[in-house]
Amino acid sequence: MNPTSPPAPAAFAPKGAHLIIRHARASWAIAWRLLYKMLRNPAFLLPSMLMPVFFFTAFAGGLVAVSNSPGFDYPSYTTFQYVFVLIQSAVFGGVFAGFSIAADFESGFARRLMLGTRGRSALVIGYTISALARAFIVWGVVTVIALLAGAEVTGSGLDITETISVAMLTNIAALLFSCGVAMRMRTMQAAPLIQLPAFLLIFTAPVYVPRQLLEGWVAFVSDFNPLTAVLEASREWVIGGSPEALLAYGAAFALAVLMGIWAITGLRRAERAA
Amino acid sequence: MTTAAATVEAPRTHTGTLVQVGHLARRSIIRTARQPAVVVTSMIFPLFLLAINSSGLAAATNLPGFPTDSYLTFALGLTFMQGALFATMGAGQSIAEDIERGFFNRLQLTPLHGPALIAGQLAGTLVLGVTQGVVFLTVGLAFGAGFAAGALGILVMFALAMVISVAFGSLGMAVGLRTGNAEKVQGVFPLMFVFLFLSSGALPRNLLERDWFHAIATVNPVSYIIEAYRSLLITGWDGEALALGFGVGLAILAIGIWAATAALRTRMERT
Repeated sequence: MNPTSPPAPAAFAPKGAHLIIRHARASWAIAWRLLYKMLRNPAFLLPSMLMPVFFFTAFAGGLVAVSNSPGFDYPSYTTFQYVFVLIQSAVFGGVFAGFSIAADFESGFARRLMLGTRGRSALVIGYTISALARAFIVWGVVTVIALLAGAEVTGSGLDITETISVAMLTNIAALLFSCGVAMRMRTMQAAPLIQLPAFLLIFTAPVYVPRQLLEGWVAFVSDFNPLTAVLEASREWVIGGSPEALLAYGAAFALAVLMGIWAITGLRRAERAA
Repeated sequence: MTTAAATVEAPRTHTGTLVQVGHLARRSIIRTARQPAVVVTSMIFPLFLLAINSSGLAAATNLPGFPTDSYLTFALGLTFMQGALFATMGAGQSIAEDIERGFFNRLQLTPLHGPALIAGQLAGTLVLGVTQGVVFLTVGLAFGAGFAAGALGILVMFALAMVISVAFGSLGMAVGLRTGNAEKVQGVFPLMFVFLFLSSGALPRNLLERDWFHAIATVNPVSYIIEAYRSLLITGWDGEALALGFGVGLAILAIGIWAATAALRTRMERT
């Protein structure tokens, strides 16, 4: 079966169902195009895969002495950094997908997509699916490397599912953010504007040490950073601890909703410009 | 007659080369200055990492054997190095764009000398390197970083920054000339960060606990450049660290110029 052509809606389906099916087909077609492009040309996938692997190697390998600091209470620095890299790749999965959106607008392809799609939110959904798929591929690779490097994942199946769930929400939020920027600027020049806030958000969370060991302005900012809750809860889940799950889900969900509004208003602006 | 003409020609060619370098240098500097996105990005990212690390890794100063009680002072050397890596991309991208836009082909129609092209193009990188140095040091000192080597040390630090910027800029140029594609130059850029992060940039080498990481950081030339910067900030005057830093920088410069010249020759033959 051609993956770009799911079955056509049944003739007797009600009008609402027709619209939903048509919308789903458009979303899937857009997602499949990006996935196909990514799988056919590894150059599109490699940066988003190499970056977390590289960060994991550098941090887990080079900064392990930091875990000897008084007050560092996490059992394994490798696991500590594995979770960071997991969340980081969730964010960067969205960021890199945002670059694809910007490139589509710059090349004029997105304008043609808009002409061919009645419900343009299918574009956002399609890009979101591709970002999630990209994130899952990267998570798989990062997890294998982390386990080989000695990360201790002692959480239950449910704990891991919870970690993946908040990571997925984070990935969606990041994609929606970059989508909003890309659709407003409609050029690859948007890349630094997509990347910089993502970097800011990630690195003002407790990256190297637990929050209680942070000093200075990052200590202050990390208290308000939604990724802090996501990161801290995920670190606990992975080792079978009991984190503030509601806070983590709430932060990730709120971020996704806010960014959803940002993306949809960006889409409307792109529609007006098309 | 022919000999006499050649004798007259020789000094003219020499002057011509200098004039060519001057023109290309002027163009390179103006072009760099007219790209505020490049200039600002090459300063914002390193300063951002400095701000994050000096706060996020402050706990490391409590480790026995850590050379200073200020992580900001410790991390400033890494910031200088990071700035030089941005220079790599800037230089590579400029020449690649020249090739893509056909400017390089037009240059080839002129009696331009290869070394003039390389030297001229690197002028913009040099100016960017010095500007970065001024900004990094000013911001660092304003936020309380120490500087153990005094006023003369600042001059040495700028001399080192110039050598390192031009050295990494020449590497970027070699990549730009080889690929002739700005996107490919950007693709190579993250590889440069591998050298940065697999070095003694975040912790001193004596505190790198993993043997494999310690071994990589020891063979990584970037470690010695960072340690040279750091010696001026923390120790004062450390001849060995400075000799190693300048030595590594000049060696990279020699490799970069050689690679850029070879790539230029190949590209000229191709065109």
